[in-house]
Amino acid sequence: MQFTAPQFKDNAARALADGQLQKALTNVEKGFIAKRAAAVAALPEFDALRDKGREIKNHTLAHLDLYLEAYEHKVTESGGHVHWAESAEDARQLVLDICRRVGAKTVTKGKSMITEEINLNDFLSEHAIEPVETDLGEYIIQLRGEHPSHIIAPAVHLNKEQVEEDFRRVHTHLDPKRDLTAPETLLSEARQVLRKRYFQADVGITGANFLIAETGTSVIVTNEGNGDLTQSLPKVHIVVASIEKLVPTLEDCSQILRLLARSATGQDISVYTTFSTGPRRAEDPDGPEEYHVILLDNGRTAMLGSEFQDMLRCIRCGACMNHCPVYHAVGGHAYGSVYPGPMGAVLTPSLFGVDISGHLPNASTFCGRCESVCPMHIPLPKMMRHWREREFEKHLNPATARYGLGVWAFFAKRPKLYRMATSIGARMLSLIGGSRGRIASLPFASGWTDIRDLPAPEGQTFAQQWAARQKQGA
Amino acid sequence: MSQAQIRPKVGLFATCLVDLFRPSVGFSAAKLIEDAGCDVHVPIAQTCCGQPAYNSGDTKDTRDLAKQVIEQFEGFDYVVLPSGSCGAMLKMHYPELFKGDPLWEERCRRFSDKVFELVSFLTDVRGMTEVKVQLGKSVTYHDSCSGLRELGIAKQPRALLSSVEGLELKEMTGSDVCCGFGGTFCVKYPDISGKIVSKKTAMIGETGADLLLAGDMGCLMNMAGKLKREGSTIEVRHVAEVLAGMTDSRPIAGSGK
Repeated sequence: MQFTAPQFKDNAARALADGQLQKALTNVEKGFIAKRAAAVAALPEFDALRDKGREIKNHTLAHLDLYLEAYEHKVTESGGHVHWAESAEDARQLVLDICRRVGAKTVTKGKSMITEEINLNDFLSEHAIEPVETDLGEYIIQLRGEHPSHIIAPAVHLNKEQVEEDFRRVHTHLDPKRDLTAPETLLSEARQVLRKRYFQADVGITGANFLIAETGTSVIVTNEGNGDLTQSLPKVHIVVASIEKLVPTLEDCSQILRLLARSATGQDISVYTTFSTGPRRAEDPDGPEEYHVILLDNGRTAMLGSEFQDMLRCIRCGACMNHCPVYHAVGGHAYGSVYPGPMGAVLTPSLFGVDISGHLPNASTFCGRCESVCPMHIPLPKMMRHWREREFEKHLNPATARYGLGVWAFFAKRPKLYRMATSIGARMLSLIGGSRGRIASLPFASGWTDIRDLPAPEGQTFAQQWAARQKQGA
Repeated sequence: MSQAQIRPKVGLFATCLVDLFRPSVGFSAAKLIEDAGCDVHVPIAQTCCGQPAYNSGDTKDTRDLAKQVIEQFEGFDYVVLPSGSCGAMLKMHYPELFKGDPLWEERCRRFSDKVFELVSFLTDVRGMTEVKVQLGKSVTYHDSCSGLRELGIAKQPRALLSSVEGLELKEMTGSDVCCGFGGTFCVKYPDISGKIVSKKTAMIGETGADLLLAGDMGCLMNMAGKLKREGSTIEVRHVAEVLAGMTDSRPIAGSGK
């Protein structure tokens, strides 16, 4: 997708002015939060599971090299192939090489954020291979030439009227008089169209929610079953996954699975949870002839051992964005990158550089709601603050902000001067506020007064008044 | 506790916003701490806890300010702040700043252990279960993010408010949702902050309460400023003013009528 994180402010302004988007975003705010809360309330051991999940991932990350080796060994043993990709370009090329070798014209895809990260669809199209998204949300946004605005609900920024319009525009072979007003009819139409595509596909590409070192298995969770058709019908299955998806054992995977759907959609477990180990064996009724795993680094190993390592525990449930007031206000596209919301505000600078992604870790109120719902206990605000520290060290933040901060710190570190300045400031602001006690416009605080009044001080500072009372009392 | 026992010495960190914009919160806090059987001291050299620098990535200035605060307040039995956000800064974030520092780590930990947000101090530390004041008004309470999520303050203010004679608590939908203040966030991203706070003022309005309360001046000034701009008459105050029975002063916003 086009990287527009540097234009975050413009993106946000556009999003705030988009009435349709604002309406669609209320679904995130209302739906997901209530569903998660109910699912969590129904599972008394949820918090204990979170601790366990953090433990499993921390252990894995501490020994990632060993588990990756073990995983590769197991995949190979089961007849599959593991390919290592250091960069997005490497991963794209590896996919293309496999597709070319088998003469693929069409590939079906299960929803995968990692293939969004490496911009795979555009790349395949440029090389005369047609990618077909099979997740309903992804299919819709593919028809529109858009990108996901949410990591588990890619088309959450749209309403059903827009989808109906797109289907009528693209599915011209169907009866123009058909009724498409109900969501179910839209779903069944997409299913009908996609069914043909599954059979056309030469290669199926999926992501992976987990990779299991113990067995060399890749795991996907879906609610539509499209992932299963994507990976079992074509003769080649390619899994594209980043290295931190690894867990040591099946048991570990099942523990974390208990957190995933509850945090994401409020389901106990997703409708389909599919474990794939290698290509089709002689006795299997179906499955691909070839099974490839492309393991992508793309900046992850640089996060290991850094203050951003905890981010690698992320299981992509989307709970942080579902609970984020900033995401609720501007939606996912405003973030201008593959990963939106709080997790994106940490991950995007890691993957693409803080010099061009600096807005994202700054555009947070640090309300901490993301961290409080994160199933893997990722300290998201703390890591956004670490990015701000890096920015500050590198002098990347705006000169006016640095200057303002410098002046403020100069006074705050000199209490006597500070007292004097605040006494004068309080009196001046109080005078400006007048008898109404409010300031409607203040040139150096327009960010504040454009939106709201500034309540005026009472006249004297607390320190002045307290000192005066102590004197009287003495 | 009996009179024979020594009254703990409490250092009141009034916070920079209270100092500048709302001295009555400082006096309300002082009264409540005294009512809880403690002696109140206000070190004159206090300025700011350092959050603006900390959240802007300026760790050097933050550490300098933290040392200044620790030096001034470490001699007290307790350090109390009428703010969950500054309270969390001193209690939770200062120790992070000095991790691995041979001179300051332990000193900071001892200091941070003594830090409490005002309402939490009154209830959790001093065992206060009621206040003997009255207010014939309906109120709605906003849970400020830091107090709620970093210090676990939710039940304590509601418990004390329920003891105020004549006060009716009308909970708003999403009392735990951020008001959009976020320190420098509200001036760096005014449009987004504006959107968040207008959702908040709508929820406040829906309760039909006479009075909006919270425990943090930043959030209060943000919500009060927006309510005022929207022409709302709902009164806005810091929770300490109500608990101390000091509601004669002009509210932060609104006429209450």
